[in-house]
Amino acid sequence: MNKFKLAYGFTIILIATLAAAGAAALVLKAIGADPWATFVTIFTGPFQDVFGITEILVRAVPLTLVALGIAIAFRSGIINIGAEGQMLMGILAATGMAISFPLWPKAVLLPMVILAGAVGGGLWASIAGSLRAYLGVNEILSTVMLNYIAVQFYTFFLRGPMIDPAELETGSGTPQSVRLPESAILSKLVPGTRLHTGLILALVLAVVVYFFLWHTTWGFRLRAAGAEPKAARYAGIHVERSLVTAMVLSGVFAGIAGAVEVSGVHHRAIEAISSGYGFAGIVVALFGALHPAGIIPAAVFFGLLLVGADMTQRSAGVPANMILVLQGVLILAIVSAKMYLNNAYAQERAYRLFTRLTGKSDATVKTGGQS
Amino acid sequence: MTHGFAYNVLSLGVPFSVALLLASLGEMFNQRAGVFNLGCEGIMCIGAFLGFLPAYFLKGGAMAGYGNLLGFVLAMAAGVLLGLLFALVTVTFRAEQGIAGIGLQMLGWGVAGTLFRHFIGGVTGVDGVASWAIPGLSRIPWVGGILFNHNPVVYLAFALVPASWYLLFKTPWGLKVRAAGTEPRAADSMGINVNRVRYQALMLGGAMAGMGGAYLSLCQAKMFADDLVAGRGFIAVALVYFGRWSPWGIMGGALLFSLAQSLQLAIQVGGIKFPYEFAVMLPYVLVILVLAVARKARMRGPSHLGIPYNREMRY
Amino acid sequence: MKIAAEPITELKLAGITKRFPGILACNNVSLQVARGEVLALVGENGAGKSTLMNILAGLYQPDAGTITVNGQEVRFHTPNDAYDRGIGMVHQNFMLVPNMTVTENVALGLKKLHKFMNLDLKEARRRIIEVSEHHELPVNPDAYIWQLSVGEQQRVELVKTLCFGAQLLILDEPTSALTPQETDDLIDRLKRMTAELSIIFISHKLNEVKALSDRVAILRHGAVVFNGQTADHSPADLAALMTGREIHLPRNEGMELGREVILKAEGLKVRGDRGHLALDGLDLELHAGEILGLAGVSGNGQRELAEAFTGLRPVEGGTVTFLGQDMTRRNPAAMIAAGLGYIPEDRHHEGIVPRFSVKENLILKDFHTAKFSWSVVLRQGGIRRNGDELKTAYDIRCASTAAAGGSLSGGNIQKVILARELAREPKALIAVYPTRGVDMGAQEFIHAQLLTRRREGGGILLISEELEEIMNLSDRIAVIYKGRILKVLSSLEATRERLGLLMAGVADE
Repeated sequence: MNKFKLAYGFTIILIATLAAAGAAALVLKAIGADPWATFVTIFTGPFQDVFGITEILVRAVPLTLVALGIAIAFRSGIINIGAEGQMLMGILAATGMAISFPLWPKAVLLPMVILAGAVGGGLWASIAGSLRAYLGVNEILSTVMLNYIAVQFYTFFLRGPMIDPAELETGSGTPQSVRLPESAILSKLVPGTRLHTGLILALVLAVVVYFFLWHTTWGFRLRAAGAEPKAARYAGIHVERSLVTAMVLSGVFAGIAGAVEVSGVHHRAIEAISSGYGFAGIVVALFGALHPAGIIPAAVFFGLLLVGADMTQRSAGVPANMILVLQGVLILAIVSAKMYLNNAYAQERAYRLFTRLTGKSDATVKTGGQS
Repeated sequence: MTHGFAYNVLSLGVPFSVALLLASLGEMFNQRAGVFNLGCEGIMCIGAFLGFLPAYFLKGGAMAGYGNLLGFVLAMAAGVLLGLLFALVTVTFRAEQGIAGIGLQMLGWGVAGTLFRHFIGGVTGVDGVASWAIPGLSRIPWVGGILFNHNPVVYLAFALVPASWYLLFKTPWGLKVRAAGTEPRAADSMGINVNRVRYQALMLGGAMAGMGGAYLSLCQAKMFADDLVAGRGFIAVALVYFGRWSPWGIMGGALLFSLAQSLQLAIQVGGIKFPYEFAVMLPYVLVILVLAVARKARMRGPSHLGIPYNREMRY
Repeated sequence: MKIAAEPITELKLAGITKRFPGILACNNVSLQVARGEVLALVGENGAGKSTLMNILAGLYQPDAGTITVNGQEVRFHTPNDAYDRGIGMVHQNFMLVPNMTVTENVALGLKKLHKFMNLDLKEARRRIIEVSEHHELPVNPDAYIWQLSVGEQQRVELVKTLCFGAQLLILDEPTSALTPQETDDLIDRLKRMTAELSIIFISHKLNEVKALSDRVAILRHGAVVFNGQTADHSPADLAALMTGREIHLPRNEGMELGREVILKAEGLKVRGDRGHLALDGLDLELHAGEILGLAGVSGNGQRELAEAFTGLRPVEGGTVTFLGQDMTRRNPAAMIAAGLGYIPEDRHHEGIVPRFSVKENLILKDFHTAKFSWSVVLRQGGIRRNGDELKTAYDIRCASTAAAGGSLSGGNIQKVILARELAREPKALIAVYPTRGVDMGAQEFIHAQLLTRRREGGGILLISEELEEIMNLSDRIAVIYKGRILKVLSSLEATRERLGLLMAGVADE
């Protein structure tokens, strides 16, 4: 029965993925692009050279960081759709820190920059977390609203207080900050590419998150509050505090992702810097089953999709919005599949159908402990 | 007649509220039946695009007059289909409604943007729907201009408020919807197909959201762009809580919010010194404030909102 | 839906089988009911009675077997089909929409009144009054359901079912929420109705079965083990047949007075969920080494009292004292640390975290103590060992302690909760409906454990709906009525009649 369970789970995921691909193909057909060619470009294009491969990892870093935070939130019973806005606030804080103290040595400034990003994201997230915990405000709505607000905040700073003085002189007025000092920039891992040491940070944090959630009392509290808030309360766990903590942690990771992006990739704050990582991170978290061991490969896979989609935009004229379509369909497919995966009843039905068709059977049909 | 600041704000406020009103009324049916659809935003995006499309292609031609009507029909049809898709995911597959809604939103936003870039490319305008001043009433000083000098869709939208009230409270279907959202087991035990009622509500809600989206592109902005909807679909969902799941409350909420928007515009036009970005932030901040303050309302909503119905589940 | 279907002269169930994940709920069940007959369906919790009746009422589909009405085979795909044939069910949890009126609730199911855009509420109202007067079941058609008491709501359910044209009534545990007097009243009414209707009623209260039924069928583990005339058997016979063996539920033998007071409530005022004052000046004392039973019809403040004691509900007035210390405004963590144990009402959502493993559930309150963690890091080894020890000591049936808590049967989940609470050796334990929905074997075990804890010096506040359980186990019995303790009796003075009167609010002298 356990082998069947595995096969059943795998089949469901496969069906979901195929459904997602099918829906995407429909849209591609509608705009006259060849679905098969597009998929091929997406999946093979990036592997053509070293640069392409490192680009996958460059995308995977912020995706991993955001997804780790999302996983903490989801497992603690609070849904964070605000990673996009939290990233932006993290970028603002990080950039602010970097350009305010350009003379500090790298060993001090760089960690402070990352920390500033964490604080920026965490503080922004604490708004939605507190609203949910103490006023019962639906956190999906509040985080979505905060995203829109954050975008305006960010634009305001970029066009105003944080704008590069050089832009004002030359009159070009591009909303971007001054370039970060060298001591605030993450070193490159592979020369000639954009891959930076943020990758190591992401991997280390993934291990930390695993340990945190499953091997510490803090993680136990969060998971209990997320799985069954009533029982957690009855066991003496402070559920409201857990919700806020989880949301803040989630924002911290999004903020770090932002700091890493500005410090490792762009080296200055620009418009459209978050590039939708806040939303893509949600899909990566779901795809990775909300577990660090699943999130890392899921982030790499998604990095591949993003780089590939970029390539198709240039070569085949498929608009970048296709990535949104793919993300949307994947989310729908994953949440639908989840219900079938957890549904013991459907599983038993499927098992009985299977035994009827193939004539094989299993002595132990129990799906759980019974007395 | 010179019009003051207040007149400007109010007369803009009424048409600005239509998109919100339509989408929110539709969402009210969804939530009354027990499902909340955050994908409303995505449906509005698609509705905005599809509403715009025929008007764009038929512009200046012989069929120009029908372009607008065709746009609305297409948008509503797409809304029904997307509502159907959402019902499949949340009612039949019993998926988590919040995340599924975000998925639908991304899908709608992405598809609208993709198709727009491919078929139209740049930002272009259309003539849209002309105003139709109600004879007699529109001549009333001050009030006439605010209330009775708008395009027909505005009048239709406000007429849908009492119509929705009647549908929800005075018809058998409305009774079923209310039962499905509050006590689905009871409805089931009396032979009502709870899932079918939810499907129907979601399709109706989708049609209205699509209509709201088409209004945005055809009547309000008279053009289409990626960020046209800008979160109105989410605000529409929040408005249902604010309006206590009642058509009249929702109408009040929609007007209140659109006033915030027209206030923002009037500030810009009036040359009052206020940072542009903060003015744009206003409606979103308002939503959060309203949600924070309206916590008592949540207790009177449909008690089974957000919980998928599973007859085989032993309670 | 046709009203006034042809009378049911004979109803037959043959070979009905139904499976749920991991459970065979109904195993080849065959039954029959004749016109005007009352059949009692008896069995332990989990024996399959409700499932079987849900199939008959059209809510579930059987995996195998047939239903025959008046010789004709029928298939019920929805409750509508069942009603068309004259079969209607009154469920244990009432199927009424709270914020609609009685008339609207009945109109919901009267399909004939659903003309396209118009809802004929007047006709529904007329029908309600007609049925209500004919069967002497007074209801107010214009009242909102949430305004009605439990007894009144049950009358509404009966009237509703009759309005839909039921000729055969299925009643699922009809007396579970009634006082003894209301129960007698209901049984009289039902007896009168048998002149026109047949009745199948589910119950595990054997004296009611004796009072009302003509025939009785006993289910055990989903199969019929007995089917015969009620008059030929005594309640003891039936009990033995129900469980398959002689059950001797442990009784409380000793009685010692004058021990120290460990938990005390004085003038307690607590608000309920709907804003009303659920506890209105309540006084209660729990002594060490005693079991204090709290009897009362559910909804009189029991839940709020338990939650006030455990720190889960804010206290508006009065005090709670634990071991001499004022604990009125403390949170759950403080109460747990002070030595208060709690077995909550809803084991699935309040007692365990279903997704956590059994061993994780067993340390749900102690995960941060030195035994199970080095400052913040969990000791996985210690957690596992603890799980194994408790699994053996409390006979928890599960594949391993790594199995998900929610996958266990009701009785075993209760054992997990009991194990966790008792292992902490609480000075006071509050047990709310500890054996509800639990089979007799587990019930026996739980009662024995509670008596052991009492012998060891712990005080137990036993809140239960089962008068038998309270009378068997308690040293003293307090009756709660409308948020106050009406009277406290010693177990010798407490008889079923006296308790019944007190539960209904009739204070003696």
